[in-house]
Amino acid sequence: MKISGKTLGQSAAFRKLVGALVIYAVIQILLATGLLSDYYFATIVTIGINVILAVSLNLITGFTGQFSLGHAGFMSIGAYFCAFITLRVEGIPGFLLGILVGGCAAALVGVLVGLPTLRLRGDYLAIATLGMAEIIRIIFQNIKITNGAAGLSNLPQYVNWPWLFLFIAAVVALTVNFLHSSPGRACIAIREDEIAAEAMGINTTRYKVTAFIIGAFCAGVAGALYATYFPRIKPDTFGFMKSVDILVIVVFGGLGSITGSILGAIVLGLISMFLSSYTELRMVLYALLLVIIMIFRPQGLMGSRELSLALMKRAGDHLMGLFRKKEKEGRV
Amino acid sequence: MLEIKDLNVHFGVIHALKGISLSVQDGEIVTLIGANGAGKTTTLRTISGLKKPTSGSILLDGKDITHTTPRDRVKMGMSQVPEGRRVFPEMTVLENLELGAYLRRDRAGIAQDLKMVYERFPRLADRKRQAAGTLSGGEQQMLAMGRALMSRPKILFLDEPSMGLAPLLVQEIFDIIKDINQGGTTILLVEQNASMALQIANRAYVMETGSIVLSGTGEELSNSDDIKKAYLGG
Repeated sequence: MKISGKTLGQSAAFRKLVGALVIYAVIQILLATGLLSDYYFATIVTIGINVILAVSLNLITGFTGQFSLGHAGFMSIGAYFCAFITLRVEGIPGFLLGILVGGCAAALVGVLVGLPTLRLRGDYLAIATLGMAEIIRIIFQNIKITNGAAGLSNLPQYVNWPWLFLFIAAVVALTVNFLHSSPGRACIAIREDEIAAEAMGINTTRYKVTAFIIGAFCAGVAGALYATYFPRIKPDTFGFMKSVDILVIVVFGGLGSITGSILGAIVLGLISMFLSSYTELRMVLYALLLVIIMIFRPQGLMGSRELSLALMKRAGDHLMGLFRKKEKEGRV
Repeated sequence: MLEIKDLNVHFGVIHALKGISLSVQDGEIVTLIGANGAGKTTTLRTISGLKKPTSGSILLDGKDITHTTPRDRVKMGMSQVPEGRRVFPEMTVLENLELGAYLRRDRAGIAQDLKMVYERFPRLADRKRQAAGTLSGGEQQMLAMGRALMSRPKILFLDEPSMGLAPLLVQEIFDIIKDINQGGTTILLVEQNASMALQIANRAYVMETGSIVLSGTGEELSNSDDIKKAYLGG
């Protein structure tokens, strides 16, 4: 069977699809056989939500070059709007409607914040998004309908592994496709040199806002998933530190690398899971690990490259080369 | 082709351009020379739409384009090689050139122009998969020029193409500019290297602290005593 001159096995898209399905199947089997307990599944959900958050923030910060500090704000909008729906509409329709409404509400706030600030160059966006996230948190903390600081509880739970996987795959596919489209190229050009991009005739404000809205929408979806897996949401969960956590994943994985964000979320998620048995030292060790990793790899795990079979092969060859050299030196 | 009337530009309280008027005819090379801070780059940036003027008008083929966006101006056939080249450093040479044709949708025409750029700058063809940030200064200048040509401009603006380049390379770049002009593209050239610019220009304007103080043919200005003293080293 051939697709555009290549056999099916050689097509990159096909290989990615197979890879994703293998990961899906392995975890599904582990869950079904009870090898992965509910405790580990909660970690997987947290990692999965962080993957969505990191990939979407990477689109804004890593690919378009706009420094945003309010991702937790968009996430909280998604979570609360979704919770309002799922508390009123039952079953899967309520779940899906909640996710859609959560994402759209976050995107709408993205437009309101993005349009005035993204016209400007520089760090205005960072300040505006930081302020926006705090305003949202304080609003949720003080109005009756969100039950103040105690938050909403007894939320119906819908998220299982198939749903989670579906939404991660959808967000990653949306982001990757966007980046390979003409507007996506424009976004990368804006990161590389905004003035040159404008001189090429690229409407810089329009594409910055587009990337920002897509990022906000996906963060809203992540928040909605949070509110349909964990039975309780409260404003504190979505504070400034949450935004920083997401930024840390993005920088750690590599600004401008989708696979880097995915790997970053997984690695940091696993690290904090293993550290959770050392309660007092947890944050100290976590911070120390981050510092050490960033000293040795300041560009992040992946830099701006993507993980691919070709790259893994090159790395393997490189390691083998080093190994053989060591072996030779050993003999002399 | 291009006409600028009484253009005023402010940066906050600083009056950067004080009523500039100039014109460029079809097929000409016109150069704008002057010392650092005279307002040459600001003039170019205002013409290409990156900076908004406080008053005055810009006409392209008789049409007022003062209030159009940079995007519209690229579509109308204006293209710019910015000061300091400003290539997209982490993109490959090919991706840089493709972005030059960002507003075009005619694939066949783009492929044809890409071939034309590679013929004009063979070194870019050799390095098409290389990241633009790893090119030498001269190669980056060529890439910036090639990128600007990819929009198939009627008029090309060049901002200090000789900046930071070795004398031999400067000669090469100026030969290429002349060649592009002979291919039918009108050129407005901003330069600090006045002697080189005057050699290839049909006409020239001299700027000083935001105003045009002199104008004439390239030859006239090369022989003018004032110019010799101020810009040509004696």
